[in-house]
Amino acid sequence: MSRQRSLTLALVAGVIAIALGILLSYEIRWFPVQASAQARNTDHLYHVLVIATIPIFVLVVGVILYCVWQFRMKPGEELKDGPPIHGNTRLEVFWTALPSVLLLSMVGYSFVVLHDNEKKPAHEIQIGVTGQQFFWSFQYPPSVTGGAPINSYKLYLPDNESVYFNMRSKDVIHAFYIPAFRLQEDVVPGITTHYLATPDRVGNYVAECNLLCGVGHSLMRTTVHVVTPEQFQAWIKSQLALSSSSSNTAGGAGGGTSG
Amino acid sequence: MTAKLRAPGFYRAAWLMVGAVGFATLITWLVRMSTGHTTFTHYLSGDAILTVSLLAVPISFLIGIGGFDYWYYWATGRPTRPEDHSGHGAHTWRDYFRINTDHKVIGIQYTVNSFFFLLVGGLLAMLMRAQLAQPGSHFVSANTYNGLFSVHATILIFLFIIPVFAGLGNFVIPLMIGAPDMAFPRLNALSFWLLPVAGAIMLLSFLAPGGAFADGWTAYAPLSDQAPIGQTFFAIAVQFAGASSIMTALNFLVTIITMRAPGMSFFRLPLLVWANFATSLLVVIATPFIAASQFFVLLDRALGFNFFNAAKGGDVLMYQHVFWFYSHPAVYIMILPGFGIISEIIAVKARKPIFGYRMMAFSLLAIVGLGFTVWAHHMFTSGMANWIRIPMAITTSIIAVPTGIKVFSWLATLWRGVLRLDTPMLFALGFLTTFTLGGISGVMLAMIPFDIDVSSTYFIVAHIHYVLFGGSLMTIFAGVYYWFPKMTGRMYDERLGKWHFWTTFVFMNLTFGPMHIAGLQGMPRRVATYAAKFADINLFISIASFALGLSTLIFVYNMINSWRGGPKAVANPWRGMTLEWQVSSPPPIFNFDRVPTVVGGPYEYGVPGAVHGILTPPTPATVGAGSGMARAPSQ
Repeated sequence: MSRQRSLTLALVAGVIAIALGILLSYEIRWFPVQASAQARNTDHLYHVLVIATIPIFVLVVGVILYCVWQFRMKPGEELKDGPPIHGNTRLEVFWTALPSVLLLSMVGYSFVVLHDNEKKPAHEIQIGVTGQQFFWSFQYPPSVTGGAPINSYKLYLPDNESVYFNMRSKDVIHAFYIPAFRLQEDVVPGITTHYLATPDRVGNYVAECNLLCGVGHSLMRTTVHVVTPEQFQAWIKSQLALSSSSSNTAGGAGGGTSG
Repeated sequence: MTAKLRAPGFYRAAWLMVGAVGFATLITWLVRMSTGHTTFTHYLSGDAILTVSLLAVPISFLIGIGGFDYWYYWATGRPTRPEDHSGHGAHTWRDYFRINTDHKVIGIQYTVNSFFFLLVGGLLAMLMRAQLAQPGSHFVSANTYNGLFSVHATILIFLFIIPVFAGLGNFVIPLMIGAPDMAFPRLNALSFWLLPVAGAIMLLSFLAPGGAFADGWTAYAPLSDQAPIGQTFFAIAVQFAGASSIMTALNFLVTIITMRAPGMSFFRLPLLVWANFATSLLVVIATPFIAASQFFVLLDRALGFNFFNAAKGGDVLMYQHVFWFYSHPAVYIMILPGFGIISEIIAVKARKPIFGYRMMAFSLLAIVGLGFTVWAHHMFTSGMANWIRIPMAITTSIIAVPTGIKVFSWLATLWRGVLRLDTPMLFALGFLTTFTLGGISGVMLAMIPFDIDVSSTYFIVAHIHYVLFGGSLMTIFAGVYYWFPKMTGRMYDERLGKWHFWTTFVFMNLTFGPMHIAGLQGMPRRVATYAAKFADINLFISIASFALGLSTLIFVYNMINSWRGGPKAVANPWRGMTLEWQVSSPPPIFNFDRVPTVVGGPYEYGVPGAVHGILTPPTPATVGAGSGMARAPSQ
């Protein structure tokens, strides 16, 4: 087979491989269900990255396979050497400049997504998150409850409402991670960390500790209940009733740790 | 008998180590008594004695085997014994268990010791995968599991990847640059013996009360401040492994700068030497930072310094900054020497000059520089100031450019070559494939919103294993096969080598590939158990990983069997141009019986009549000229 013909064949195979790869990337269910506005942006970013990098991977593997196919030593070539090509400045400048442009545009796009995800919304509610070995608790301040502060081991969030988590740790570092929201942030002793999430799908999702915090780390999981605003208000009322009925014990603890 | 106890060796080491425990007991007793403990039992604290012993016992071991003898005699003004080189070379296997100043012996000591720890680290991984084969498994307890992955990572990073590159470099670099030995042979010997010490401490931590250190190889404070005594083993073992790294790096730098053969200019250096030069710069600058981070933890633990105790004004995030200021450059410490190995193999096996030699060298230096500007990309979700993420994301993307230059240059070197697809070359091509995948996932992780999602998940586990297994380990296997004839004087079994490559390549991808998906689906790393929905994928990963573990046995069998009874190797089985192939296999005791002079580039394949180095028989005149540049190591 002539060099010309084998190159054409390789080129066609490469294009087909890229097309198949991109098609496949649409077929694979990469992520769990999307349950926040941020998740939609982040998944989109990921998919763009996958599509942008498939041609690069196909190029590298394609060149390797083509070289193995065309240039492997044949019997009788044991003492043969290749042509003494030392380099090509134009080619080297090209493969320095093009990846730089590609990488900087990808990182630029990621900054746009980051900005969108962290943009301060017109309205948000603030909820406290406390991590300790090996469970989570959540503090609803009066601004959310409309009454006494609530301290709960359950996390209920109203649908379509931006939530700003204020997170504190009582012992070591934890990370508050909700895969369905595609968001996490470490919960660090001594400082308050934050993140913003805008749940937009009613349902129950897992929230888990995502930073090794000791022997019980793998079981430090809880459920995020995203509910309609009406259900949320109803849940708040039931919690308020609960804390007032058990008078000082539960309510006192809630007041002490909220914030 | 007394002579045996006084002479450097294991007998002297044994009684000194016992003495060190006594010393540790005495000193902690005295200090605790003088600082006001009232009852006798409080004078003796097991943890305190253990902590001081962990520092004193290894040092007394090193004194015992003779690591400091020469310097001690010199410092005390006693007559030093001039090096008569009688200790050079190894005649029986016992010689590998002594202090030896021959870089070829040390190189083999380093390499074999590292592969021992590869097997140990791999075995720990097998135990982890057994635990993870199904959710809710009770194969080991959660605490033991946390110990398993912590020791697994620590051993494979500090006792395998970093030192095995130092070992191969130790053997090959002096040969490649035409030097008779390293610049500081005694320092070289000491740097080796620090490694088994560090490894022993790490493994012995499994016997400590409360179990092995279990806070990951990152040992984030304040968890590591509060952990049982096993964590002290980590904090101290890292000091010994780090000291070994620094000593070797200094040795490489001085050797490469001062001991090149006549005519060996920097731009005639083989790229492996360039790669180790760049790596050594990273090691010398960065390693003190991890030493510092672990000293902080040690002081917190032993003496209540509160560096990382937020309640007492400590700063928790500072640990991470100091730690990653070493541990990100460490990623390049663990891959740049591999880049060098791949450059050697691809040039020789494709029978072509390296495409863009100078760009290959400059891109190494670019990685060294940029490598110090990206550390906080490990901390995008740490709670540090938000703005730091922006510059770190930009530098993290940009550092992919010099790496990309290297990959493209290797591909261009393959182009129109005459490819010999033997075991070293297969591993080199396999490396290009898997490392590209690791590089791609690395670039993705530079994108902050995506990192905020998958940070600390199995996606990270997949990424680092594509970089460290698909990257570093593939280059290590390639290098070991490539220099096996030179190091042992025997040929390995090519058929078994190919079997080893294909099983490793296939099962490596089957093991670590699915971890990307598990991570994207939200499975956290460092968990002893997981949600039921991850059961199938984890069972698949576990089965693939056991097959991957078994594939290593092919390698071990091939190495042992070939070393013992393989066919004798000729001096230059690959028809390489670099200087190590111009001497016998294994090389003569002082490397060059004939004086090397370098007259051309190292990879002039295909250039008619090109030579890299000329070896001339020593005449009085050339001996004088040669010793100016490549002088004997210990004058």
